[in-house]
Amino acid sequence: MKNLHSIMLDKEKCKGCTNCIKRCPTEAIRVRNSKARIIDQRCIDCGECIRTCPYHAKYAITNSLEEINRFQYKIALPAPSFYAQFEVDDVNKLLYALLELGFDDVFEVAKAAEIVTHFTKQFILSEKNKKPIISSACPAVVRLVQTKFPDLIENILPIASPMEVAAYIAKKKTQREKRIEEDKIGAFFISPCAAKMTYVNSPLGFERSYVDGVIAIKDVYGLVRSKLREIKDVKSLSIASGKGIGWAASGGESLALEVEEYVNVDGIHNVARVLEEIENGKLKDIIYFEGLACSGGCVGGPLAVENPYVAKNRIKRLCSNLKDKEESLSAWTEEIINSFSLKLRDVIFEKELETNPVLELDSDIERAMEKFEKVNNILSMLPGLDCGACGSPTCKTLAEDIVRGFANDTDCIFVLRENIKELANKMVELSNKLPPSLERNDE
Amino acid sequence: MLLELEFEIEPGNFMLAGEASSKIKETLKKLGVKPEVLKKVAIVSYEAEMNIVIHSVGGILKAIISKDKIEVIAQDKGPGIEDIELAMKEGYSTAPEEIRNLGFGAGMGLPNMKKYSDYFEIDSQKGKGTRVYMIIYNK
Repeated sequence: MKNLHSIMLDKEKCKGCTNCIKRCPTEAIRVRNSKARIIDQRCIDCGECIRTCPYHAKYAITNSLEEINRFQYKIALPAPSFYAQFEVDDVNKLLYALLELGFDDVFEVAKAAEIVTHFTKQFILSEKNKKPIISSACPAVVRLVQTKFPDLIENILPIASPMEVAAYIAKKKTQREKRIEEDKIGAFFISPCAAKMTYVNSPLGFERSYVDGVIAIKDVYGLVRSKLREIKDVKSLSIASGKGIGWAASGGESLALEVEEYVNVDGIHNVARVLEEIENGKLKDIIYFEGLACSGGCVGGPLAVENPYVAKNRIKRLCSNLKDKEESLSAWTEEIINSFSLKLRDVIFEKELETNPVLELDSDIERAMEKFEKVNNILSMLPGLDCGACGSPTCKTLAEDIVRGFANDTDCIFVLRENIKELANKMVELSNKLPPSLERNDE
Repeated sequence: MLLELEFEIEPGNFMLAGEASSKIKETLKKLGVKPEVLKKVAIVSYEAEMNIVIHSVGGILKAIISKDKIEVIAQDKGPGIEDIELAMKEGYSTAPEEIRNLGFGAGMGLPNMKKYSDYFEIDSQKGKGTRVYMIIYNK
C-alpha cells in the first residue's frame, strides 16, 4: 500500500530529541544522525508529532493560497472547524471573507457533512454492516485501522468523507450552472488537518479525489482576520445547519446521526485503546464509533490556530444561534440530494480498503515466527528502560529494528557499555600476562 | 515451528484484565495472521482471560501458534464449574452480584468462545479447576 504522507521534518530545527518517537502511535519515527526520520509507510499523518515537537521541526505540506490560480474557477471548501477560529457570530461573514481572498465560490463542508449523515443513516439501517460501524471521516483513524487493526477494516463506514462529497457537489454544481469544464474548476479544502492532504494524494476507498488542493487554516488565518475587519455588507451564503457545523468537534458527527448507541473518542492514543476493546468483542451494543485523531476533534487539528477548547465552545454557540433556522437549513440537504439525484451508491467506496502490513515481521508466517523469537531473545538482553537513546522508541522496537536489519545491538548504550567493560577486563587480563621469556618462578 | 506464549492471570484484577490477550493479538499481528483469524483469536482469548479474572482463583492463558493453527488454552486453579451444560447456555452466569454490577458476567463468555473457535473443549472439576482448550485454524 502506498502511503505518501504529508508530515515533513525541518532538519534545521530538529535537535534529534526523542519526544516525537515516543508519541507516535505507529512507531513511525526513528532518530538517525541526530535527526528524526519518518518511515513513510508507517506514518498515518495523525499530526501527533507536530504537536509534540518542542522545536517545531515537524510540519505538514499543504498548498499555498496562490496555487488556486492554476484554475479558472476557484471554490473554497471550508472545514466546519474553520468557523471556530474566529470571534464571529455570523458564518456568512467568514464565507464572504474567503471570496475576498480570491475564491469565486464557497461550498460548506458542513453541508456535505449533513449529506453524509443522511446516507450514513441509510447505511446503518441496511443489513450488511458490521457493528460497531467505525466512522471514516478522520483519515488518520482509517489509516490507523489499516495499519494496527486490520481485522476491523470491515467495520469502517464505506462512505466518502464530507470533504470529498463537498468537492464533488461543488464541481457538479459549477459545471451545471456556469457551464465550465470540470478540469478548469479547482476545489480547495480549507483544512485543520494534515491527513486530508495525504488523502487527496492517495484517497481511501476511491480511485481519485475531487479535491485539487488543501490549504492550511493557519495559512489563511491572518488574511481572513484582516478581511473580516473590512467587511460591511454580508451576502447570505451559508446553508449549513448546526448539525453539519457540529462535526467540527468530537461527538458532533454522532449527534447528527441521532443514534443513541454511539461512542465518540478523540486523541489518537485514546482511539487506539478503544479500537483494541472493539477488537476484543466488547462494545457489542455500540452501533457507531466516532474516532478522531485530534484532541477535541477537528477543532484540535494541527493546522488549526485557535485553542481547541475555546473553538469547541464557539461551535456550540454557532450551532445554537442557528437553532431557529434549523428546519429551513436542513431542507437544503434534501434539495441538494434531490437536485443531483444522489443515491447511497454514489457515495459508497469504489474499492475495498487494504491492510497496511508494515508491522508484520515477515510476509511468510514461519519466517515471521523465527524473527519473533529472535526479537524476544534480543529483547531479553536489552535493559527495558525504553530510553530512546538508540533512536528507536522502545527496547522492543529496537529489537525489531535489529531483526529487520535496520539497527545493531550496540546501538543500545547499555549493551555498548557492557561490551566495553568486557573489553576492558580482557585488556587488564592480557596486560597481566607476561611473555615466557620474562615469566619466572621466584623461588 | 511452534511459538508458545504463556501468561499468568491474576484473579480479580480488572486493571490488568485483557493484557494477556492484547499481547497474543499483538504477536499475531506481527506474524501477519489474516484479519479473520485474528478477530476470532482476539475474542476467544479475551473472553477466556476475563473468565479467569472473574471466576477463578488464578490461572494461566496460553497460546500455541503454528503455521496452520492457533491453540488457546485457559487453565485455572478452581473453583470449577458445577454444571457445564448450564454454563454453556447463553446468558447463564454464576458471576456474583458485585461482578455483574460492574457490567461483567453476562453469561456470554463460554458461548462466545465456542462460537468463535473451530474446536472447543471444556473440562472442569468442581473444587479443582477448569481447562478450556480451543483451536482456531489459520486458513
